[in-house]
Amino acid sequence: MTKTTLKSALAVAALFAGATVAQADESAQLVINGEIEMVTEAPAAAHLEGALTTVYSGWLFRDDATQAIQMDDFDNPGMLYVDQGAEMWATAEGTEGKSCADCHGDASESMVGVSATYPKWNEAAGEVRTVTMQVNDCRESRMGAEPYKYGGDDINALEAYIGFQSRGMPVNVAIDGPAAETWEQGRDLYYTRFGQLELSCASCHEQNYGNYIRADHLSQGQINGFPVYRLKNAGLVSVHNRFRGCIRDTRAETFAVGSPEFVALELYVSSRGNGLSIETPSVRQ
Amino acid sequence: MKRIIPTITGLALAATIATAQEVAPLDVAFDEYGAVAVSLSGVAGNVDNGIVIMTDRGKGNCIACHQVTALDEFPFHGEVGPSLDGVGSRWTEADLRGIVANAKNTFPESVMPSFYKGTGYIRPGDAFTGKAGTEPLPPLLTAQEIEDVVAYLLTLTE
Ligand code: HEC
Ligand code: HEC
Repeated sequence: MTKTTLKSALAVAALFAGATVAQADESAQLVINGEIEMVTEAPAAAHLEGALTTVYSGWLFRDDATQAIQMDDFDNPGMLYVDQGAEMWATAEGTEGKSCADCHGDASESMVGVSATYPKWNEAAGEVRTVTMQVNDCRESRMGAEPYKYGGDDINALEAYIGFQSRGMPVNVAIDGPAAETWEQGRDLYYTRFGQLELSCASCHEQNYGNYIRADHLSQGQINGFPVYRLKNAGLVSVHNRFRGCIRDTRAETFAVGSPEFVALELYVSSRGNGLSIETPSVRQ
Repeated sequence: MKRIIPTITGLALAATIATAQEVAPLDVAFDEYGAVAVSLSGVAGNVDNGIVIMTDRGKGNCIACHQVTALDEFPFHGEVGPSLDGVGSRWTEADLRGIVANAKNTFPESVMPSFYKGTGYIRPGDAFTGKAGTEPLPPLLTAQEIEDVVAYLLTLTE
């Protein structure tokens, strides 16, 4: 879809549907444990010109009770997985008998800012890598251990721990240089109308955020809080599993968790959240 | 599996009552404004069944996107599309048939799904399984179901 047709589609939708402005409670402030202030609303990055003017955290779109759970680490069940991730960090595995900590030391120093800048171009590998890909590379090539299942419970817990080290930092994903091609692929996927319902990510999360679709309050589909703890599943949900669910709901053939398409989409969607605070682990219904 | 059963029985039913008058998805004649003059099934629409299709998640699920005051007893109406209150006064039967069959002819680029179409998708799936589907897919609604919905929409007058 070109920019102009996108704009006219937007205009038509706005005309018929009335204001499609986010009904986020703009007075709601996300302060964790009464002290860590999160940026849940930020001016959209330059690369979103014509698409969005302001980006909003998904937290703003959730009901009061769900919002409250994320405001206190004692109430947030996602913190149990962060603790589990901390143990995994220090546990030696594989033929080399090494743990993450053996190479990277204290995660509260070495992992600060990592999740805020991933997915990221890896020069040696010549590809854009997610945190999962990087962890699995360490496991295979340095630890002599089996890679974790992409989007599985183990890597989700470890990613929650790694992401937690960046909590409160602004998302700041690079989209230029060698990452540009992957970013463009992700952007194209974002605007592709998949499946028998012919809906793109933008149909729901750009044109209709703030609106209800049946009982669901549509957010901008930001990923600054992932992996998220979902009360309904009583567990963590990875970015790729969320993408897969949304594409399946368009009655489409999905891409696989861990596929190059989802890596590209993750880079693109991350970049739409540039400026928002990392909230990992955030909480959803 | 649960989701698939009603669709299959719905299809079987459609097949047995299909007559020579039924218009196949690819043969629907839209005019330049997207209206469709001729009944898709040749059988008058059933208003009560129209209500089922409007509200059932496995059927049209129209209220996922549209608010309809007359359907208040069915919970959770969406806001993605306009309210359908008074739609029977704003549009003719032919207009409504065209909008429900393929809204994109009336509203270019609309997010509203095309309910009477089986081909031309990107990565078509097998219903909500996430697995690949094979075109032509059964349209989201049968010819008769479209007629039933249109009959219901025509009751929404102001
Ligand atoms: C049919 C509508 C629809 C489409 C199309 C859709 N989504 Fe979603 N998405 C939802 C709903 C409903 C939710 C849950 C409420 C919310 O956060 O918006 C959701 C949630 C999400 C979330 C979690 C946000 C959070 O804060 O927890 C992400 C990320 C997401 N979607 C990304 C995508 C991407 C990427 C695509 C395209 C590949 C996509 N969605 C397509 C309806 C959709
Ligand atoms: C995913 C969202 C979605 C679904 C599902 C949906 N619609 Fe729509 N519909 C829209 C939007 C959006 C519009 C406004 C046209 C536009 O701007 O694209 C619309 C417009 C209409 C209109 C014209 C309304 C007017 O006053 O101009 C009718 C009639 C209509 N829809 C009927 C239906 C029926 C009947 C169903 C179910 C069989 C349905 N819609 C399902 C999104 C949807």
